[in-house]
Amino acid sequence: MQLHRRDFFKVMGATGITLALGKELKAAPDAISKNEFHGILYDSSRCTGCRGCEYDCSEANNLPEPIPSKEIKGPRKTDETRRTVVNEYNTSKGKVYSKFQCMHCNQPACGSACLTQAMTKTEEGPVIWRADKCMGCRYCMVSCPFDIPKFEYHSANPKIEKCTMCFDTRVQKGELPACVENCPNEALTFGTRRELIHEARRRIYEKPDVYVDQIYGEHEAGGTCWLYISPVPFKEIGLNTSIQKASYPELTKGFLYSVPSVFVLVPALLLGIQQATSKDKPANTSNHE
Amino acid sequence: MNSSRIISADNDGKHIWRFIFSELKPKGKWLTPFNIISIPIILLGIVLIVIRFWKGIGAVTNLSQEIPWGLWIGFDVVTGVAFAGGAYVITFMVYILNMKKYHSIVRVTVLNGFLAYLFYAGALLLDLGRPWNVINPIIGNNFGVSSVLFLVAWHFLLYMIAQLIEFSPAIAEWLGAKRAHKILSGMTLAAVIFGITLSMLHQSGLGALYLMAKEKIHPLWYSEFIPIMFFVSSIFAGLSMVIFEGSISHKVFSDQISDKDHKAQRGIVHGLAKICTGTMFVYFFLQLLVFIHQKHWGLINTPMGYWYLLEMIGFVFLPMVLFFYSYRSNNLFLIRLAAILTMLGVVLNRLNVTIIGFRWDMAIRYVPSWMEIVVTLTVLFTEIWIFRWVINRLPVLRESTSFAKVKE
Ligand code: SF4
Ligand code: SF4
Repeated sequence: MQLHRRDFFKVMGATGITLALGKELKAAPDAISKNEFHGILYDSSRCTGCRGCEYDCSEANNLPEPIPSKEIKGPRKTDETRRTVVNEYNTSKGKVYSKFQCMHCNQPACGSACLTQAMTKTEEGPVIWRADKCMGCRYCMVSCPFDIPKFEYHSANPKIEKCTMCFDTRVQKGELPACVENCPNEALTFGTRRELIHEARRRIYEKPDVYVDQIYGEHEAGGTCWLYISPVPFKEIGLNTSIQKASYPELTKGFLYSVPSVFVLVPALLLGIQQATSKDKPANTSNHE
Repeated sequence: MNSSRIISADNDGKHIWRFIFSELKPKGKWLTPFNIISIPIILLGIVLIVIRFWKGIGAVTNLSQEIPWGLWIGFDVVTGVAFAGGAYVITFMVYILNMKKYHSIVRVTVLNGFLAYLFYAGALLLDLGRPWNVINPIIGNNFGVSSVLFLVAWHFLLYMIAQLIEFSPAIAEWLGAKRAHKILSGMTLAAVIFGITLSMLHQSGLGALYLMAKEKIHPLWYSEFIPIMFFVSSIFAGLSMVIFEGSISHKVFSDQISDKDHKAQRGIVHGLAKICTGTMFVYFFLQLLVFIHQKHWGLINTPMGYWYLLEMIGFVFLPMVLFFYSYRSNNLFLIRLAAILTMLGVVLNRLNVTIIGFRWDMAIRYVPSWMEIVVTLTVLFTEIWIFRWVINRLPVLRESTSFAKVKE
């Protein structure tokens, strides 16, 4: 819906300019098209849990080096020092791995929560955070259903840490996100969301005995740009399955839509009542009449 | 009436500054019990605030990645603003419904509301990780118009201005500025109407903040109706605060209050109790409807369920009945008791949504650190200090200076 409207304006705008200038409007050789959301497909049946992406991510984003595997006890969460983690799960089909990071929701709760649009959905798909706008209110953390934005509590100049799909540093320049580029097992695939869903369906269709017939992220939270397929039910690999299917910003729409009408109706009503009760006397503002 | 304090009308600036300077000096005794308790706490709080800005929020709070909002938001801001709701309700009654009876408490209630917002907005600044960017949503680096917090922040700001205008005639009287008084008084009605509208929206907006935290709040406290609940409960929360604050002011500042107002107080409290009964009934009924609609029967027989019942029966239903009974029997003591119970109930409700029921399923629960509590008390005590300072100087409880009285 959002996308369509944007496309519409883009076409309108482009035609307008083309007509006005009377020449062909040619886009710069964009590495990544703005017309469609991009995302990453994670195939947990291919992931061997090497945690290479954790190292690549921290290197690409100047974060401390991940802890060695032998120090890991149980599933971890992302935090202000790591934007992604790969966890190991003992499942009904043996050891299966799962990678966690921001889901890059199509309609992100964090972005609609943010009062300065520091958290924002780019037209290309990644959800990014901008330091020069953020005031550190942490409302994005309260709102994100996946608990992704993390805050540096022990800093006088704290940042919000979360995966940005390497948007500023790589994707915009036409490079792949660091984790995708370096994964030795091709467990990660970058592409437009539409292509990725096709690809996921194809894999499930070709090997129905390997995969659970579901794509996590296709509908969760109104759809996300990060998609998962897995050999076991998603619950078993630590994914949150209580996420609602509708988008989260939808939950505040009703309230926000009522605001303009309240602003028109209530003052008029109040003034009316005031006129009716005042019997033409001016309001007396002195204390104690 | 202390006429020596009234300086001649429309002074030139110099006199006014000398006058303000002399007014800054403390009045009366220093070593009151309140001062003895509050001064060390405020000093300690200031030290903690310095540490907070120097070492980060984590140095003084127990907040975590899962619980990003704690006592400073849940209590200082969300609960505090509910109690400040008295100002819009009373101005509605006096200026819109023309209920003259309540005129004598307008100023003190508006002052209370204004200071509450000033300090709670201040508390909000303490909680911001990057407070230097706080002007961004105001100057438009960017407007996050789809954000409930954006709406609430703007409304705080605008409402504070509206309240300042509502209160400004008192300042003009204090300074003896006749002409300014006239102009400012003329703006009151507009400010009141604007203020009531803003209040309705941001009182409910504080509840709407939590709408996106759908799976994070215990289902007994989460519903799509949180905004309406917050709005309705802010009415009786604010009025209970007015009753409570009035009964204290009438003791502490008894020298400021005329005999006439002392006598009127009884009638005012009585009337407020009646309104509290009505709105609490509506609130209780709404809560009941939501509960039945959501079919949470199974949750009642759990520890959180008992906690919910305690809130609804012990701190909504009981004070409601008490209000009803006490205004029928005209029992001032019981009304005050009901007001205190109601206030406790509102605190409980706001904390249940924002802290106790937030991430109730986590293994490690959030409990505020002693430092968070001290900072909260610092905010509260400083507010009371300023309140007292203003009451002792401006015509708030006192009758207006003679020039300000409009002949009726
Ligand atoms: S997962 Fe959370 S942080 Fe990431 S886009 Fe969605 S709401 Fe925002
Ligand atoms: S912490 Fe920053 S990014 Fe998150 S909602 Fe607040 S201003 Fe936006």
